[in-house]
Amino acid sequence: MNKRTFLDPLFRSSPVPVLALGICSALAVTVKLEPALVMALAVTLVTGFSELLLSLIRNTIPNRIRIIVQLMVVATLVILVDQVLKAFAWEISKQLSVFVGLIITNCIIMGRIEAFALNNKPLPAFMDGIANGLGYGIVLVVVAVVRELLGSGTLMGYRIVPEHWYVSQGGFYENNGLFILPPMALILVGLLVWIYNAKQAKSVW
Amino acid sequence: MDKKKRNGDLYTFLYAAIMVTITAALLAFVSQILKPRQEANKQVEMQQSILRAVHLADRSYEQYIKDTVVGVQRLPLYICTLDDGSRKFIIPLSGKGLWGPLWGYLALDDNGQTIYGVDFDHEAETPGLGAEVSRAEFSAPFRGKSLYRDSTFVSISVLQPGKGGARTINQVDGISGGTITSRGIENMIRETIELYIKEAYEQTHLP
Repeated sequence: MNKRTFLDPLFRSSPVPVLALGICSALAVTVKLEPALVMALAVTLVTGFSELLLSLIRNTIPNRIRIIVQLMVVATLVILVDQVLKAFAWEISKQLSVFVGLIITNCIIMGRIEAFALNNKPLPAFMDGIANGLGYGIVLVVVAVVRELLGSGTLMGYRIVPEHWYVSQGGFYENNGLFILPPMALILVGLLVWIYNAKQAKSVW
Repeated sequence: MDKKKRNGDLYTFLYAAIMVTITAALLAFVSQILKPRQEANKQVEMQQSILRAVHLADRSYEQYIKDTVVGVQRLPLYICTLDDGSRKFIIPLSGKGLWGPLWGYLALDDNGQTIYGVDFDHEAETPGLGAEVSRAEFSAPFRGKSLYRDSTFVSISVLQPGKGGARTINQVDGISGGTITSRGIENMIRETIELYIKEAYEQTHLP
């Protein structure tokens, strides 16, 4: 296993901006930072462990039901995450609502299993899963910080923009409602795609 | 394992069967273990919502809500006794918004007409628009409003913003961009209270 397996997915081949995987959940859960962090953690655990498990049984899986077996492992892990959140982090599981269940359909997971876990040993596969989850998490956190700061004036629920700045308190400031809505997330992710790919594009073209 | 054997019918069939059994057993086991905690969380959330409706957020539920009444039609009613001895009647509400269910609690003064407080929640309304119904900014103006005008039941109108604002004691302001959710709240209150009025009428044969 080499260092690149772990470091590449963080930036150079980051799942959201470079591989264009997992974009829809990146738009949906980034209104506030806290759910974005939990979502990033959940996806990291699910990609890591599903890649590990599938890599362990990769030589026994019948080819014809390969995708179904992958889905089953992923779905089982996702249900476990959902159940644990409901039991120990009720508020956050409410905020994430359907998106925890939809981790199953997150293209990062199936994409990395097909591309990596089925052809590699368990440890590199596990690393690849964790790294891809973290790469996804970095994008989520960047987008969520911008959206929560400009859309709600808070970070992790703590007030950053002082209360007396607001127009309603006699100040001059208003939150920008556009940042709460999905279109702004798409614009921000678009900007990230530009930044992530700017350097590589030069070498490709 | 060699490739040919791995693609055989029997092997594929058995593999799937074993896989299903293992995951099903695992999930059932975990669900059983975590269930008590999840139920407790749900319970706490419901109790907190009831307490918010009577402006006692984060206080002890057992201390204030001592009575619950269930009528002949199984309509529940929570009775809250405040520190000054006055009683508030809390009615659970449920209705539908734009994308999914809405629910909440409505506390009435003991004349049964004036609203003491409300608390709403939703499953899937649009964040920043319809989802605002769960915030105090939306629910606070309900306090002191009345369900009756000249002793006739008229419920509460949730007005579309930009139409002059709430003026009478039967109106509150809705949410800009959340018209359908606001209307959902209005319908939820009217439909639920009508049931209770009907029940009260049947029980006492008095309007």
